[in-house]
Amino acid sequence: MAIQRIETTAKNLVLTIQDYSLFAWRAFTNLYRPPIYWTDFLMQADIIGFGSLSIVILTGLSTGGVLALQSAATLSAFGATAVTGQFVSLTMIRELGPILTGVMVSGRNSSSMASELGSMVVTEQIDAMRALGVDPMRKLVTPRIFASIFTLLFLTIVSDACGIAGGGMVTVFMNHQNGLQYFSKAWESLRYPDIIQGLVKPLFFGYVLSSIGCFYGMRTTGGTEGVGRSTIQAVVWASVTIIFVDFLLTQVLLTLFPPL
Amino acid sequence: MSEPLIQPVPLADPPAESEPVVVFKNVSIAFDGPPVLENVSFSIAPGETRILLGPAGVGKSVLLKLANGLLRPDEGSILLFGEEISHMPEEELFPLRTRVGMVFQEGALFDSLTVRDNVAYQLIQERVSDEEIDRRVRDALRFVELEETFDLYPASLSGGMRRRVAIARAFIRQPELLLYDSPTGGLDPLTSTTIIELIVKERDVCQTPSLLVTHRLQDAFLLCNHRFDTASGHMVPLPKGVTDDGTTFLMLEEGRLIFDGSLHELVRSRNPFVREFLA
Repeated sequence: MAIQRIETTAKNLVLTIQDYSLFAWRAFTNLYRPPIYWTDFLMQADIIGFGSLSIVILTGLSTGGVLALQSAATLSAFGATAVTGQFVSLTMIRELGPILTGVMVSGRNSSSMASELGSMVVTEQIDAMRALGVDPMRKLVTPRIFASIFTLLFLTIVSDACGIAGGGMVTVFMNHQNGLQYFSKAWESLRYPDIIQGLVKPLFFGYVLSSIGCFYGMRTTGGTEGVGRSTIQAVVWASVTIIFVDFLLTQVLLTLFPPL
Repeated sequence: MSEPLIQPVPLADPPAESEPVVVFKNVSIAFDGPPVLENVSFSIAPGETRILLGPAGVGKSVLLKLANGLLRPDEGSILLFGEEISHMPEEELFPLRTRVGMVFQEGALFDSLTVRDNVAYQLIQERVSDEEIDRRVRDALRFVELEETFDLYPASLSGGMRRRVAIARAFIRQPELLLYDSPTGGLDPLTSTTIIELIVKERDVCQTPSLLVTHRLQDAFLLCNHRFDTASGHMVPLPKGVTDDGTTFLMLEEGRLIFDGSLHELVRSRNPFVREFLA
């Protein structure tokens, strides 16, 4: 009985991964074949990008502030408080900016995509769209995926900037250190590989969070209860996958751009 | 002007006059369990209205979705406008579906769009001009007597009004086939009669072939016993004993087609299930 359950679970998992891979590939390749719904892309970019701006700013400011607070105590033990700026900027740009933005945006948007598309599935709006001769993958999924990739890149830049600014505020107003020194260290320590690393990650995270959100939305079954289930699965899997992809990407990027 | 997002299919090679619009040949389908439909065969001739009867859960809606390629059969073949669609790629099905009007069980209107944009959905994709869209939407809404809902959202409409808007959306491009999925399900008798009147009007004025799914006998008989009177603008009963020749019946029992014939044949059927259903 137990073995049969394990077998069924394993089969379902493999089947889900296979379905997701086909879904994500189809959604991605749709951008290179007409028709392309540019209006929907712009609308989604506004919803995902501008809509997530406030949470990204708040998260960035708080994280940068926390980094400055935590590092100041440790660094002062070595008389190295001068490198707080370097510590905050590198941590934000290489790691925390992309990952926190990815997770925050996935919490807001993967859930919204899954619930919106899931509701459309259970009320037969997706079938109605297909019956009207419009491909829901092109009309609903592809614009969401590319809007997420596009906007997450800029949201990550905003988050990085806010993080460094937040760290600066804590350094100046709470730790009573020199602000000019903080910002000059933050700037001087940055190398191109750090920036590339920070800008490559959101491209992948945007793809992951939106494709998983849309995937669970489009395979919703079981009425309103099913919509709730899809929403939860979308948020959980998007967040977990982002963290896992971050690990893989970091490994690859560190190999390509080894630290000095 | 930019390229249309969907291409309407040109009517260069319409099916021959006598060729059926839809043909089901030994169609079976199952979803993780016993078959929902088993060896179903029937056809819809040009100008014919077929009423699919059966209790809830026998696979009526599934059959309707198969006819439009929204589902694929496990076995058998389905011809739509003479083209085999059971294995046709989804990309090739989209243009074919633009020739079919479909009314879903609950209307399936897009919540985020106004009635105007819902009804004009296909026209917007084809990048028809705004003036033309407004004119055609108003015509379609006038047909279902809901012109005043032009700027409203579906959330502010009653159940019956939503169905009528869905009918207007299905009619707007003057399709070559109409599929109705329980258009009167869950509606009060008065609203149901209004919907049936619209279907009779479409049948008699445009003579579009159609497949209508219902479990309500009174609606089926109403369709069969009435005609649309263009002079009065209302549905009127046919003389006693006369039924519409082009309106015939199909009946499903546990996924099997157990009846295919006229109203007279239906009421005289000796099949125990048919007799029980009619009782």
